[in-house]
Amino acid sequence: MTYSKKNTGKNIPIKGKLIVVEGIDGSGKSTQLRLLEKWLIAQNMPVFFTEWNSSETVKQITKKGKKSGRLTPITFSLLHATDFADRYERNILPLLHAGYIVLADRYIYTAYARDIVRGCNPNWVKKIYEFAMKPEIVFYFKVPIDIAVDRILSGRPRLKYYEAGMDLNLSNDPYESYRIFQSRIIEQYELLSVSENFTIVDGTMEIEESQRFLRSAVMNLLPLTTKNIRSSKSP
Amino acid sequence: MNNKSIKGKMRKAIFYGHAIPYLEDIEIKGKFIIIEGPDASGRSTQIELLSSKLEADGHAVLNAGLRRSELIGQGILEAKRNFVLGRKTISLFYAADFADQLENKIIPGLRSGYIVLSDRYIYTLMAREAVRGISSSWSRNLYGFALKPDIVFYLDVDPNELVHRVFKKNTYLDYYESGTDLRLSDNMLESFVMYQMLLRKEFKRMQKRYNIISINGNRPIIEINEDLQKRIDNHLINLQNYK
Repeated sequence: MTYSKKNTGKNIPIKGKLIVVEGIDGSGKSTQLRLLEKWLIAQNMPVFFTEWNSSETVKQITKKGKKSGRLTPITFSLLHATDFADRYERNILPLLHAGYIVLADRYIYTAYARDIVRGCNPNWVKKIYEFAMKPEIVFYFKVPIDIAVDRILSGRPRLKYYEAGMDLNLSNDPYESYRIFQSRIIEQYELLSVSENFTIVDGTMEIEESQRFLRSAVMNLLPLTTKNIRSSKSP
Repeated sequence: MNNKSIKGKMRKAIFYGHAIPYLEDIEIKGKFIIIEGPDASGRSTQIELLSSKLEADGHAVLNAGLRRSELIGQGILEAKRNFVLGRKTISLFYAADFADQLENKIIPGLRSGYIVLSDRYIYTLMAREAVRGISSSWSRNLYGFALKPDIVFYLDVDPNELVHRVFKKNTYLDYYESGTDLRLSDNMLESFVMYQMLLRKEFKRMQKRYNIISINGNRPIIEINEDLQKRIDNHLINLQNYK
């Protein structure tokens, strides 16, 4: 029987572009992606912004699991995969088909990095996310661990249990645990940046400077006419 | 000590694929038995009968099943009710629910020597995914962390007979159990039979790879129960003789 294969939509062309930012918390990626969004909207481009861990259907369950401390590396991984799949199947893919520029604040690489650090088998994780299309460009915000940790901790009185990687038993001190956890994630990102061909952004640059870099990289990908670009002012 | 006890030697747990790294080397001593079969095939009745008999024989029995984890089970029901989830999303949701039960219930139970009777297992999930066009290599990888059971039974009932049993139970056909999302037919009854045929075909396909024992489920409850009980007893006796 092939009725369901007919419906998989594999032959519908992808008219849109998928642009991803990755990096640890405090690397400045979200700020930059929001600025990029503003710019694209000003160009009258159809834009969709999507964040990690934000599916309405799944978020409540993940939250409950985190609160109860019941999550294991596998359930943690699978719930985030469910969240991603929900956003992918309902938003990201249909919008890309429709010609949208989809801006993703974190993508499957966040799952690779975190799940692998939590001890999941790398091949298992990668195979799960096999259905996700490869982005047009992945900006990886590279920033020294101290700077990122300072940025995060300055605005936050307390770290959450899973956020600090406390489930990994790295240290009894949440701040120390957070630091070790984040450095391990950086290690994974470093490996991925080569194998997945990330575009590296120096996360210590001034905001305006980084944004100029992002915009010029994105401009090369988009079917924007020269007139279009010139008629609107970049900051 | 009860001479019927199966609390024998600890043995290494075997997983289908990439196991959960921190559980890779665990040891278990209980027995893990699965009853698979379509909706209304009599699974829960059989599990009830088997549980009572095994308990009467002095075994500690634990029941498990799909969509039962405290964490996720309810969420799946609600999401399905709203017809909003995509196919990969539903699969991953079920996998998360299954993982939660495996780690928090099934494995601890087996480690402490329970006979764990599971009402369905990953085979149902894989069959449902296969008929929905999800690649079997993706599904196999996904459930790679699943523990290999000791015995897997499949209650094989003719789909045309199943319809009558469902009507006896509910007077209506369930949306998902009829595969309505596959749009096989506008007629609900036809859709149900076609969908159940497809699932049955998937089970036939999986039978060898997973050592699934097909049980003729068209027979009366008592007859099926005697058949299952005999096979389980044989398995347990064989085990005792090894000691």
